[in-house]
Amino acid sequence: MDAQTVTKIAFLSRLKIDDDKIENTKDEFTKILRWVDLLKEVNTDGVEPLVSVNQNNIAMRKDEVTEGNQSQAVLANAPMKEYGYFAVPKVVE
Amino acid sequence: MTDLTKLTIAQARAGLDKKEFTARELTQAYIDNMQAKRNLNAYVCETPEQALAQAEVAQAAINKGEVKDLTGIPLGIKDLFCTKGIATTACSNIIRNFVPPYESTVTQKLLDAGSVFLGKLNLDEFAMGSSTETSCFGPTINPWSKDVPLTPGGSSGGSAAAVAADMCIAATGTDTGGSIRQPASLCGVTGIKPTYGRCSRYGIIAFASSLDQAGPIAKTVEDCAIMLKNMAGYDAKDSTSENKEVPDFTKFLNGNVKGMKIGIPQEYRVDGLNEEVAKYWDKAATMLKDMGAEIVDISLPHSKYALATYYIIMPAETSSNLARYDGLRYGVRVDGNTLDEMYINSRTKGFGAEVKRRIMMGTYVLSAGYYDAYFIKAQKVRRLIRNDFIEAFKKCDVILTPTTTGAAFAIGDKTMHENPINMWLNDLFTVAISLAGLPAMSLPIGLNSQGLPLGMQIIGQPFDEGRVFEAASALEKQVGFRGGK
Amino acid sequence: MTAMILKGKDADWEIVCGLEIHCQIISKSKIYSGASTHYGSEVNENVSFVDAGMPGMLPTLNEQCVHQAVKTGLALNCHINQHSAFARKNYFYADLPQGYQITQDKFPLVGEGKVEVELEDGSKKEIGIERIHIEQDAAKSIHDISPTKTFIDLNRCGVGLMELVTKPDFRSPEEAGAFLKKLRSIVRYLGTCDGNMDEGSMRCDASVSIRKVGETGLRPRAEMKNVNSVKFAMQAIEYEARRQLELYDNGETMEQQTRKFDAVKGITEFLRKKEFADDYRYFPEPDLLPLALSDEYIANIKKEMPELPDEKKHRFVEKLGLTPYDAEVICEDKETAAFFEEAAQGHDAKKVANWLMGDFFAMLNEKKLSLSDSPISAKNLGALVELVSQNVINGKTAKDVFVIMAETGKTPEAIVEEKGLKQVTDTSAIEKIVDEVLASSADNVAAYKAGKVNLMGWFVGQVMKASSGKANPAVVNQLLKQKLG
Repeated sequence: MDAQTVTKIAFLSRLKIDDDKIENTKDEFTKILRWVDLLKEVNTDGVEPLVSVNQNNIAMRKDEVTEGNQSQAVLANAPMKEYGYFAVPKVVE
Repeated sequence: MTDLTKLTIAQARAGLDKKEFTARELTQAYIDNMQAKRNLNAYVCETPEQALAQAEVAQAAINKGEVKDLTGIPLGIKDLFCTKGIATTACSNIIRNFVPPYESTVTQKLLDAGSVFLGKLNLDEFAMGSSTETSCFGPTINPWSKDVPLTPGGSSGGSAAAVAADMCIAATGTDTGGSIRQPASLCGVTGIKPTYGRCSRYGIIAFASSLDQAGPIAKTVEDCAIMLKNMAGYDAKDSTSENKEVPDFTKFLNGNVKGMKIGIPQEYRVDGLNEEVAKYWDKAATMLKDMGAEIVDISLPHSKYALATYYIIMPAETSSNLARYDGLRYGVRVDGNTLDEMYINSRTKGFGAEVKRRIMMGTYVLSAGYYDAYFIKAQKVRRLIRNDFIEAFKKCDVILTPTTTGAAFAIGDKTMHENPINMWLNDLFTVAISLAGLPAMSLPIGLNSQGLPLGMQIIGQPFDEGRVFEAASALEKQVGFRGGK
Repeated sequence: MTAMILKGKDADWEIVCGLEIHCQIISKSKIYSGASTHYGSEVNENVSFVDAGMPGMLPTLNEQCVHQAVKTGLALNCHINQHSAFARKNYFYADLPQGYQITQDKFPLVGEGKVEVELEDGSKKEIGIERIHIEQDAAKSIHDISPTKTFIDLNRCGVGLMELVTKPDFRSPEEAGAFLKKLRSIVRYLGTCDGNMDEGSMRCDASVSIRKVGETGLRPRAEMKNVNSVKFAMQAIEYEARRQLELYDNGETMEQQTRKFDAVKGITEFLRKKEFADDYRYFPEPDLLPLALSDEYIANIKKEMPELPDEKKHRFVEKLGLTPYDAEVICEDKETAAFFEEAAQGHDAKKVANWLMGDFFAMLNEKKLSLSDSPISAKNLGALVELVSQNVINGKTAKDVFVIMAETGKTPEAIVEEKGLKQVTDTSAIEKIVDEVLASSADNVAAYKAGKVNLMGWFVGQVMKASSGKANPAVVNQLLKQKLG
């Protein structure tokens, strides 16, 4: 892992790493990745990835309206709201 | 009058029903204790008024003879469970002010069973940690601490400490890689992570969805059985909860293990395993054998890969689950000139170091070019780990291992903090079980030479918590260790 | 041949175009929550805590969305995958509360299929379908209320979408246009999507590259987002193909990129290059278990398939004698076809079709009415045609009656009765009028007899006028010829 990758991963995660911390972060990640690289020695040829330990398939829901009309509750925790909308800095499209 | 805060759920039930004391008196005793022991930092939010009001309702029910399992029983709730109208923070600054307009299914079930909620309990931020040190409210102190303050373990450290210190009869916990079992072990109490799919995850703040499970922490095996019976069950709101009947777990407490096959996985006897831990492990096996169980050696060959597997799958899910904390609809917002700036500023300020580390790890292992090498590889190894257990259970009914590699460590312990991996090693004996989705219980086995509790772990087959309770109740009887400090 | 060949400096080039079409699924509730899909509600009114991405909330799958996508897949001759799975597409945006979209990635619900489109010159072209998967729609960002802020309304967030991806089979804008029209017609017939491109319930992205005729590989493509009408899609494809040709002719290179179509200027504009920000980190959605459909489930959907436009068109041509063109126009819209069938019931279908496509559509256009608001019912239109067929009124009177029907909504029989418009076929009554006309225009009679035979038309007109248009023109002609010799 290099510094550029750290910056890229931080942006994808929407986190900021101060310039003077990038080197440290890089070293730490390198260490962790080396540690998980232990898995490389496992022979997984022909092994199906395990996505879920559940044995069943999904149970579907009936098409019924069961929720809604609660905009106050939906907006109650919003840091900024106006006219019943959530508000954010202008998004330029 | 006896000290009401020393009672188990079963004892309190009997006392309430016989009118030896009232629900209000019981709740008040816990409120007093909760407030007296604030120095432990177990509760991050106390709700005494609500608790007393609930106690009054409970008493009215008792007076009418309408008693349920938990009517009037004062509980503590891990602050990862959303509680309607009461701040739910996951002990993270990013949602420190969040008040959910909904109740988690598990806590709703506990309320429906008549229980009283005393408040919300401390945990590692978003349940990521093994010591509660990553909590934005600071660490909880293990009630077993002597001269140096020790951690209670984590992430459900607040829950385990509160139960051990008699600040609630029992508590809810959640377990993703060991978060119920490790703190239960370190605090000398009992806790069970049920089979994945046994409890609904609806309303529990998600950490790693394919691993998270709710479970109880309590003083005794019996109390865990009573609690789990009232927490478990299919929920249409959680598509990963399984539509399986919930047995009355209290029917599995006769302590009879005659003919039961107890598996001992050789791979868990790792190099440099703490001698006292190893000794207690042997002792536990001997106790079970003396009661008529059969001890069988089993092999879980992929055990040593469990931690690495976990530290790929868990962060991957975390990175996605925690994307919603963006400062837009709830939680901390730090302004920026653009939307991305606002996201970055809010998340950078709101999340702690360990959470950020895991988010970035997860982002990395899912990103283009690394997905197959890390994430898919880990999912494949996860299958091999689960297959190990399937094979092992052909030879045994339950598996016995230590819960942790040692006893409680000091808050701020240098080794734990100089390298994140050292902290992660706390999950060594618990993660494989989480990856396989199996039920597992930790119960106290005794004290080490420093007078600190150690725990044993009993692992069962999927949806066979019954036999876990059977083995645990037998062992508990022999050990004679009453949960709590 | 319908391929569009572009003449470059030193080679002929062909267009390679594929479409991605998002169709909003018709269902009462959202795909992953129980909130209403109703369009036009108050801001944030149809929002569940799941849609808002609140902590601890979990998705559940709406059966109707699966049902609708399977139905659409069957109508497009696609393979239905009995095992499919959900995945998360991770990215941050204000209209995506969870920070990820729950969609399908490696295992879509609907697999490959083929659709035949008919082009204006009567030729046919087969278009391959790559897949159809189901996913959630995003919320709406409102930019024009405040100069400094963007507002978010979550009502649309979580409405079910079918994303249909075609193979890069289009070789001309016309083919793409024909496909879009056909798809729109089919989903409307099925009732799986209302197909309104201008309202955004059907949205199209087109990806376009060009290559020299004879080349087999693909050159870098431009993806154009939201070309939201059939006309715009066709314009965008042609403009973009010509733009790329100019690049190549000038010796420049073309990079893979995203562009947008400016409908006012009729041009495409550069938006962004493909870059790492597009690293969506897809991974299996741990909150939703895999989806398995039984043979029976699919068979039941097959049973309820309506007659599709192609079948209907064929029947109208074969059984009702319509021209292929008329049948095509009438069948494009399910309601029009139903209106036609009702109007034609028991009457001359060909003539009903003429009326429908002529005066009737003109009337709706003029009054700016939709078919469902038509003042003239299907039954009444049929009755009008019947009155002409039965010689009760003549064609000219019928046009007048039609106008009154459009104004009053009355039945044609009532109008004919009320206004006394019944055609006069009584020879003696007509003869009387003929005699009067001839008597009063001796000059013209003389001129006619002197050889000015084209005056016959004038005589017919005079008689018709005198009869207030009610005289049977055939009888008038016959009598005049007799009397004028």
